[in-house]
Amino acid sequence: MNDKIKKASRHVNQNEGLIFEKSSPGKRAFELPPLDVPKAETARALGAHHRREGVEGFPEVSEIEVLRHFTRLSTWNHAIDLGMYPLGSCTMKYNPRVNEFVARLEGIATEHPFQPQELSQGCLKILRLLEKCLLEITGMDAITLQPAAGAQGELTGLLLIRAYLQKLGNPRKKVLIPDSAHGTNPATAVIAGYQVENIKSESHGQVDVEGLRKLVTDDVAALMITNPSTLGIFEQRLPEIAEILHAKGALLYMDGANMNALAGITRPGDLGVDVMHLNLHKTFSTPHGGGGPGAGPVAMKKILEPFRPVPILVEKEGGRLALEPVRPDSIGRVKAFSSNFGVLVRALAYILAYGPGVRQATEDAVLNANYIRKHLEGVYELPYSLPSMHEVVFSDALQKKNGVNTMDIAKRLIDYGFHPYTTAFPLIVPGALMIEPTESESREECDLFIDAMKSIAEEAAAQPEIVKTAPHTTRVRRLDEVGAARKPVLRWRPAAPRSTAAD
Amino acid sequence: MRYLPKSPVERQEMLAAIGKKSIDELFSGIPQKYRLREALKIPGPYSEAEVIQYFKERAAENAAGYTSFLGAGVYNHLRSVVTDTIIQRGEFLTSYTPYQAEISQGTLQAIFEFQTLMCQLTGQDVANASMYDGSTATTEAALMAERLTGRRRVLVARSVHPEYREVLKTYAKNSGLRIEEIPFAASGTVDAKALQRALGDDVAAVVVQSPNFFGAIETYAPLAEAAHGVGALLVVAIAEGVSLGLLTPPAEADIVAMEAQSFGLPPSYGGPFAGVIAAREKYLRQMPGRLAGQTTDAEGRRGFVLTLATREQHIRREKATSNICTNQALCALAATVHLTLLGKEGLREMAEQNLAKAQFALGELLKIPGVKRTFDAPFFNEFTVELPRSVKIVNSHLQREKIVGPLALGTPYPELTKHALVCVTETTPRAEIERFAGAVKRALEQPV
Amino acid sequence: MGYPKDRRYTKEHEWLEVKGDLATIGITDHAQHELGDVVFVELPKTGAKIETGKSFGTVESVKAVSEIYAPASGEVLEVNGELQNKPETINSDPHGAAWLIKVRLTNAAGISDLMDAAAYEAYIAEKGKETSA
Repeated sequence: MNDKIKKASRHVNQNEGLIFEKSSPGKRAFELPPLDVPKAETARALGAHHRREGVEGFPEVSEIEVLRHFTRLSTWNHAIDLGMYPLGSCTMKYNPRVNEFVARLEGIATEHPFQPQELSQGCLKILRLLEKCLLEITGMDAITLQPAAGAQGELTGLLLIRAYLQKLGNPRKKVLIPDSAHGTNPATAVIAGYQVENIKSESHGQVDVEGLRKLVTDDVAALMITNPSTLGIFEQRLPEIAEILHAKGALLYMDGANMNALAGITRPGDLGVDVMHLNLHKTFSTPHGGGGPGAGPVAMKKILEPFRPVPILVEKEGGRLALEPVRPDSIGRVKAFSSNFGVLVRALAYILAYGPGVRQATEDAVLNANYIRKHLEGVYELPYSLPSMHEVVFSDALQKKNGVNTMDIAKRLIDYGFHPYTTAFPLIVPGALMIEPTESESREECDLFIDAMKSIAEEAAAQPEIVKTAPHTTRVRRLDEVGAARKPVLRWRPAAPRSTAAD
Repeated sequence: MRYLPKSPVERQEMLAAIGKKSIDELFSGIPQKYRLREALKIPGPYSEAEVIQYFKERAAENAAGYTSFLGAGVYNHLRSVVTDTIIQRGEFLTSYTPYQAEISQGTLQAIFEFQTLMCQLTGQDVANASMYDGSTATTEAALMAERLTGRRRVLVARSVHPEYREVLKTYAKNSGLRIEEIPFAASGTVDAKALQRALGDDVAAVVVQSPNFFGAIETYAPLAEAAHGVGALLVVAIAEGVSLGLLTPPAEADIVAMEAQSFGLPPSYGGPFAGVIAAREKYLRQMPGRLAGQTTDAEGRRGFVLTLATREQHIRREKATSNICTNQALCALAATVHLTLLGKEGLREMAEQNLAKAQFALGELLKIPGVKRTFDAPFFNEFTVELPRSVKIVNSHLQREKIVGPLALGTPYPELTKHALVCVTETTPRAEIERFAGAVKRALEQPV
Repeated sequence: MGYPKDRRYTKEHEWLEVKGDLATIGITDHAQHELGDVVFVELPKTGAKIETGKSFGTVESVKAVSEIYAPASGEVLEVNGELQNKPETINSDPHGAAWLIKVRLTNAAGISDLMDAAAYEAYIAEKGKETSA
């Protein structure tokens, strides 16, 4: 192994088949207490045609096998708990364990969304306090905690805009979206019934304000903007952009995916933003869990408040809290039950741990990104040179000359013990390396990352093959994605008997 | 601050390395006049002990210590501590969406196993890696049917969960989809005649739930026949997954939208849960959400990758099948571990216990003078009864006896005031069912 | 690879082979090369109408979707069903076995304005210079 690889060394992990392949009839991993009422006669109670003889193919294994199975699988993952996970735009920060603990408390995890509100005051107080904290951090007037994730927050936000414009007489036709935006923005606009008009960034990677002025017509409902942009750059003319939109009766939507660069430093509400979503699983550290669950609260200015999804959390006399199910102008419900409550609990636990010190987290995140930028500038090409906030975007232009692209560098980074950065996004940077260290990395970890990136750049020049064929140390090599897509195998099936194996 | 791994000296040294004198200089991109000058007005900082204390105080203000007879889409079931042990492993808890397959094989294989379990349960060919919950899965299933048929009318049974229908309407409003509701018959199941009358060759999908919101079990074959007769798809929503341990799967359905909360996820005041979409293989290209697929690596070893991503928003942008990005992966993992623990026998036994307890509870309630069954269709672990007085009044009496009573149906169904939806699972001891029936009897005997 | 001389080519990288009022349509070698390994093709049904400049299908690789634009208007007579099972043919034989659809032309206007092989080769050579600059 390369002596420059300081962080990782080879270790053994165990092979493990699919759980279905371990199954043997009669084994079990779970026993129920004995039934204390008369057994039902299923055929009579259900009708014979409704009755099933058990689920065909379901595994039959013991408890130790289940525990080992999933423990072994877990050892095949990289995770924040193992080390730096610098995925740009994803904000892979430390997930404090106390948040997990409190979300599982009796009286928190056990509560039913339809239980009487006088028996839910604890849950409602948690929601209320989180609302207040998020409003203070964003500088907005009103909020809904209902959306289940960022993309659903985007939809909620656009539906609020649509309902508001509709109430004024015309919902309008178009939503403007910069070419640097996350793919969820255009996909969401379509579900909200809008046409998407993509707008190009100017040469510094900012929204082209003069161009925008021409594009904002009476047909435009809103501009969806990510700030800081996916290049990690603050949109310096955001207040001016808001004015241009407002002058034409359009609204400004901010994708809050990068709010971790602003919390405690500046507030979207003060910058002219009308509505925004927050990704609690990014900025407020609820665990990504291999892809979710998240939560996507939407904060808004007063003009949008009447349109919030029901139910609405309100304060009654004597400080009693209640969920009101009916509002005449509401856009309706975007999700059954209150919200991804358990995620909201974790986010509040995170905020309480920091208090106003949230600002320190933001500062450290920006410090780390700039530290990495400083040390890698020149080693990798920096296509946009405006100040970086919480993340920095390089390109593979220098390495391309040797046939090494961003994906190769990313895969080689795995051999050095790091999770790759985000590759090939944003779309406006060909061959992008999008690096977001977050505040959770120590200087030591940042230095190791910088060393690794420098070493890979040297390898790309001197022995590109080793980079192009990476990773070399993982339990599987690069996988055949083409084959997976051409002939999809999306579930296990029992091996066919030999006689029919041909088809 | 305990979560931040830097000393003040290190911060200064790093700033110096960048060539900045102060932290403020790092924010030079933000115009001065928009920068906050004061500290945020939020409580904290709290030590770990204070955080715990805050939430324990809130927990004490909730319904801990009450016995609940609520279901209606969120169910209390036994959960093994093994499930929580697994999903709290940092390698699962603190990893991202498995885009880098070589170092995400654990998550990817678990998703593949989840997809398999969901197919086995629902009798469908393919299942995705999860949606937000049952309500959005049902909605996405209807939108999927719209894309597949090119039609714009969706018939949804009124016996589908009222909140699922509300979500469907929110999404449909601006996508040009017309939602019409089909009434329920005296049995509590879909009114077949009304459905027949509403069907036409402009219908994209018929959406039903089973067991439906009233707990009544639908018969799929005639519904599928009616829908298919006009070229529409049958979408079946499953809100109580445990029922599939004992009930015929919706194999006749074209798309199944399921809520996986019953598989190892606590009620958690409404979420996070996990939705699932399962469907016929031929509809795969229109399926929303992530999919894990089996493949091989350069040396021929089995491995798993996210596949068919061209359906998704990060590639197809405004033409994607859905805007979903983050899903409910960790909840889906909990369901995978839970169902693996239960296994074939455990799931069937759990389902049988639910049925037995619900039958017993109904029997106990029917002994009370004036209490009647609302519907006569077979049910699983939920059923509807009519009380001789307001459900809300009865429930306030029950509350004094530390019982959270059944759901009053009068709000979502004005014609069903005085009707209550009772849920009993394997977690409800016989003695509590008897105490509940006794309390209902006493409540009904109270003077007005 | 040499571009067949009996075809016409579009700026969106489709080719068109005309025989009387019948035409065969496919995507070019350059297009398949840019896209990478093709994993899926979506084509119209027999009898469908296609219109000059409008998308009539898509070709997908693992991480990209590319629209296919009609180089001429017409009615689809035949669809290459083999591609459903063997999309890789588009990579191996884009100008031959991987034809996409055969159409009856309803309007031949504009076809003569499309590029011939030499013009197309010059066009992609020019584009190549732009992107590497």
